[in-house]
Amino acid sequence: MTFEGCRKAASVDLRTDRDVAMARGVVAKVMKGEGANTLMQTRFVTAVSEIARNAVKHGGGGRLDVFLLPRDRSVGVECRDRGTGIANLPEAMTDGFSTGDSMGRGLGGAQRLTSTFEIENAPGGGTVVRMTGKLQRR
Amino acid sequence: MRAAAIYPVEGVLLVSIQDDITDTDILDLQDALSERIGEMDAKGVVIDISALEIVDTFVGRVLAQLTAIARLLDAETYVVGMRPAVAMTLVELGMYLPENRTALTLTHALQKIRGSGPG
Repeated sequence: MTFEGCRKAASVDLRTDRDVAMARGVVAKVMKGEGANTLMQTRFVTAVSEIARNAVKHGGGGRLDVFLLPRDRSVGVECRDRGTGIANLPEAMTDGFSTGDSMGRGLGGAQRLTSTFEIENAPGGGTVVRMTGKLQRR
Repeated sequence: MRAAAIYPVEGVLLVSIQDDITDTDILDLQDALSERIGEMDAKGVVIDISALEIVDTFVGRVLAQLTAIARLLDAETYVVGMRPAVAMTLVELGMYLPENRTALTLTHALQKIRGSGPG
């Protein structure tokens, strides 16, 4: 899955935790503008917060792009960081697994809160997360 | 601290959190609040999260820690104003916040703190 050809609605540079808060606000605003249901917006923005924080804390910062997917009545987010990638992806997705002092619910949680979720180590280094969220419950 | 404010009211510390709060702000809040509980011998803490559009795993964890710290300092903590969509999302994340007492409104939380008395 890529968002090639999809209209980009917004972009946020991720350097500090202030940018993580900004990413939440930007995605919320885009979804609101697209007429999203409150619960769907809350779930997706929560997932955005988890992956944006990961990019800043563990990935040396990065960038988050927001796309409109009107045919799927969804929005998409792509988050690229500048880190060394994740050594064991299946392990990282497991609830309770953590490399730090966090609870290790972030990535697995983000996956549960989104309709599609993929994570990969980019060929040139860093981690890429792509996820989509529906605007309405059905 | 702009993103959160602490107001002492009759032995209870009221905390309001703004929506654009950052991870750093919320850790600062944890420090400030812990000190204030000790200083004023507060019997209760009420954290108003009605402005928060989301609560993610980080904020959830800090709320749980705040409650644990307050308990060690003999104060009970209530989280009030949680939006329904936030509650549903937290449960999906597997975060049930078992340590946190919750109340729907500030008034209810204050009544519960006053009603519990000593012990």
